[in-house]
Amino acid sequence: MALLTVTGLTKSYAGADGDLPVLAGIDLDINEGEIVALLGKSGSGKSTLLRCLAGLIPPSSGTITYRGRPLTGANPGTAMVFQTFALLPWLTVQQNVEIGLEARGLPARERREAALKAIDLIGLDGFESAYPKELSGGMRQRVGFARALVVEPDVLLMDEPFSALDVLTAENLRGELLELWESGEFPTKAIVLVTHNIEEAVLLADRVVVLASRPYGTIRATYDIPLPRPRDRDSADFTKLIDVIYQTMTGRGHDTPLPPPGVRAPAKRTPANTPLPAASVDGFSGLAEILQRHGGRLDVAELTDELSLEVDDLLPLIDALELLGFAAVEGTEVRLTPQGCAFSEADVQTSKEIFAPAAIEIPLVRFIATSLANSVDGRLRAGFFRDVLAHHYTSEQVAEQLDVATDWGRYAELYSYDTLHEEYSLEAPPD
Amino acid sequence: MGVPRSPANRVAPSRPRSPRPGWFSWVDVVVAAGLLVLLYVVIRLGKDITLSFTPTQVSGIDTDPVRLPYYAGRSLLRMFAALAVSLVFTLVWAYAAAHSRRLERVLIPALDILQSVPVLAFLTVAVTAFVALFPGSVLGLELASVFAIFTSQAWNMTFAFYHSLITTPRELDELSRGMGFSRWMRFWKVELPSGAIGLVWNAMMSFGGGWFFLVASELISVSNREYTLPGVGSYAGAAIVAGNLGHVGWAILTMAILVIGVNFLFWRPLTAWAERFKVEQSEAAQVQRSLVLDFLRRANWPRLLGRALAPLREAAGRAGRAFGVDDRPLLVDVRRRRAGDVLFTVVTLALIGWGLVSLVGYLADQPAGLSVFAEPLLLGLATLARVVVLVAVATLVWVPIGVKIGFSPRLTRIAQPVVQILASFPANFLFPLATWLFLRTGLSLNIGGILLMALGAQWYILFNAIAGAMAIPTDLREAMDDLGVHGWRRWKRLIIPGVFPSYVTGAITASGGAWNASIVAEVVTFGGTTLTATGLGAYIAHATATGDHPRLLAGVAVMSMYVVLINRLFWRRLYRLAEHRYSL
Repeated sequence: MALLTVTGLTKSYAGADGDLPVLAGIDLDINEGEIVALLGKSGSGKSTLLRCLAGLIPPSSGTITYRGRPLTGANPGTAMVFQTFALLPWLTVQQNVEIGLEARGLPARERREAALKAIDLIGLDGFESAYPKELSGGMRQRVGFARALVVEPDVLLMDEPFSALDVLTAENLRGELLELWESGEFPTKAIVLVTHNIEEAVLLADRVVVLASRPYGTIRATYDIPLPRPRDRDSADFTKLIDVIYQTMTGRGHDTPLPPPGVRAPAKRTPANTPLPAASVDGFSGLAEILQRHGGRLDVAELTDELSLEVDDLLPLIDALELLGFAAVEGTEVRLTPQGCAFSEADVQTSKEIFAPAAIEIPLVRFIATSLANSVDGRLRAGFFRDVLAHHYTSEQVAEQLDVATDWGRYAELYSYDTLHEEYSLEAPPD
Repeated sequence: MGVPRSPANRVAPSRPRSPRPGWFSWVDVVVAAGLLVLLYVVIRLGKDITLSFTPTQVSGIDTDPVRLPYYAGRSLLRMFAALAVSLVFTLVWAYAAAHSRRLERVLIPALDILQSVPVLAFLTVAVTAFVALFPGSVLGLELASVFAIFTSQAWNMTFAFYHSLITTPRELDELSRGMGFSRWMRFWKVELPSGAIGLVWNAMMSFGGGWFFLVASELISVSNREYTLPGVGSYAGAAIVAGNLGHVGWAILTMAILVIGVNFLFWRPLTAWAERFKVEQSEAAQVQRSLVLDFLRRANWPRLLGRALAPLREAAGRAGRAFGVDDRPLLVDVRRRRAGDVLFTVVTLALIGWGLVSLVGYLADQPAGLSVFAEPLLLGLATLARVVVLVAVATLVWVPIGVKIGFSPRLTRIAQPVVQILASFPANFLFPLATWLFLRTGLSLNIGGILLMALGAQWYILFNAIAGAMAIPTDLREAMDDLGVHGWRRWKRLIIPGVFPSYVTGAITASGGAWNASIVAEVVTFGGTTLTATGLGAYIAHATATGDHPRLLAGVAVMSMYVVLINRLFWRRLYRLAEHRYSL
């Protein structure tokens, strides 16, 4: 029997017309002895799914069972490792590690013994009486691991555990984790890892579950990784897997699934079906210039190497260029369009002149500009646009959409925005 | 802005030295002796509190300066008793508000109103109630005094702790629920430590403000009776009645020693100790230091005490499991919840309605009827004018000076502690001297009252102007120098916007303090002569002294209304502006 079973899970948050899903139709088993990576862009609901597994947030529908029993509260069979470590700064390393045992009401002596064993296992000996703020990031995350492992959960849940660490530290910690897992001393039966880093997923996991982010988080594909450990990143099999998963993750592969029944394919672009990527004008302008310097075309993998950026940080910029018609993506290659070339070569004023007609084609930017033109005095409160968008986005997403639209519209000089009064207007800002 | 997320591989900085491994040192002896003396003093001082009094004892303040240390001790005991009560109130009220959706909707608005009610109004009500509860004993008066000081401290502290509770970092909340903490454990391991810094700082500020009400509460006349409690405030009062300026001087000196001493021996060590509860994961550049704390840390006592108390802590932790586990059920019965909400709302509204009906009934039965509100409404305008003038003048005077000080690190080091102490020094202590001056110069209290109110209130503006100027980044000032922006233009473009957020905080506190002070500043006495100003403060003071309950009620209600309205219509808008537009 699977340790954790997810059946028909959906999770939605309240919007203006009822609920807006962030996760839908999720079916997933976590079995004994496997490492499962949940891979997706930001906004794919992967962290939400992990918290549903932990019993920390209730699913809107569907069930989650632990060893066949449905969850009613926090999952007794899991323990979590956090991206931001979540250590209590006022407790020493040992007290932090003991905290889960204390919650179970273990007597002091047993707590101490178990904690020292876990500290030893994870390579923290000598740091028992140190406080978290005295430690480096890598050491802090070791405390996070020790704290989760000491309660010997059936399933270890890890929420981007390496992404707040520098590259070398992350690499080292990943290696040690795998060694421990392979050695048979590992006190848990399975691991679920949330990540946006494809390489990390392929390096660690037995199974990679790719989550799509639009229109909401669903399982797009699942890949078994049969490669023996330790895995060689330069091997042909490894790089091939990464390429395949990359294409799936960005939705540009051949196996893009049809939209689920009941959701019609959109006929034309609207603010609802064309969300703005979280990209600043400076960000995608910079990317355009880099592409220009490389002859106008570059592979995504080369780009991430060149910029030492995570895919997750790069994708919104690529999406922005594509949305504006400045770039086209084929497979894993990004290519500047003639317009994009002109945009990246132009001086500030000319680039604005090229940008403005492109920006006005973006549904949300156009919607704001035309609404203002049709209003009585050329002014509209941000609340108006928030209300309209609230039919399609959660409040956090609405704020992000408007932020981006404000940034782009201002740069294109299509409209101005007064932060204090939360008001958009057509005229130039007063002196 | 590219701020690195984690400081990678930093070398561990040195912690404050841990106690040396030896068993006992002279430090331990000193600390033990100090504790023993403290215990003795508290017992000695507390012994007198429950003594029954006869009318002759009531005003039996001995103005021999030798008695001053004893009186100072009694006053100090009251202050700390009030602090303890405030702390308990804070923890209970804020916890209830933060953890119950329903209670939150009642408790937080209630707190907002409570903090607008002038503290001295609580005092007058409290004296009547507590004296009736404990007839013939000083205990009633003591409790009333403690209650008055409590009302000056508790609201701030509660707001601060409530705020920290509802902003508990998400991952710590998830840690607590995911690990299955008991609620007891969540409170002691997560919530109280996260809120500790805010709580300590707010308690310190409130404690500073509390001296004012201590002095006011030690010497008060309610319903045509003079009540006196032995303390520094009443000592000064007796000295004033006797017209002995020398003794008044001794009292002022004692007060200054108390304020500075408590700061040095209690608050500085406490704020320095609270640094350990900082949530930031890196070492701060500037750390609070305290000589006293460094001394205590060298002692072995805290460690030994900690070890001795460990079994007790364990037992408390086990017992605390009775409060249940920190978990949220994944399935909520919506219908049952809604029914509970409806019931709660109905009961709350019914209680409030019943209270209102009986209040209106009570007022209508009085000779003046409901028209009793007319006079205070008009008088409130006079007091409002005083508050406005005070804030305006204090702004014009102290903001430039504060900016000057804040721009100079050397001046700041000297001035900041001084201003902090000036702000906590009870201004009403100096009222007699000012009154004496008014009598000599013939200045009307209608104008002089502003000065009296300003004696306490103005420091908040200065203090915050200094803090605001310090917060302006040096590179901005250098950029202005570089561009040749000087004089008024520099004020308009850099300094005023820069200090604005901090200034607004100071001005709100100053205006609140001024309203409070008006009750004691619009009627003053010196050596048998009483001066009275036209204003709402004098109206309330008069209603209190004569035991005129309808007027007292009307006066307090109207003053609270003024404070709430001005906060909502004026200060809150400025605050919003400061937050949105001028935050650095």
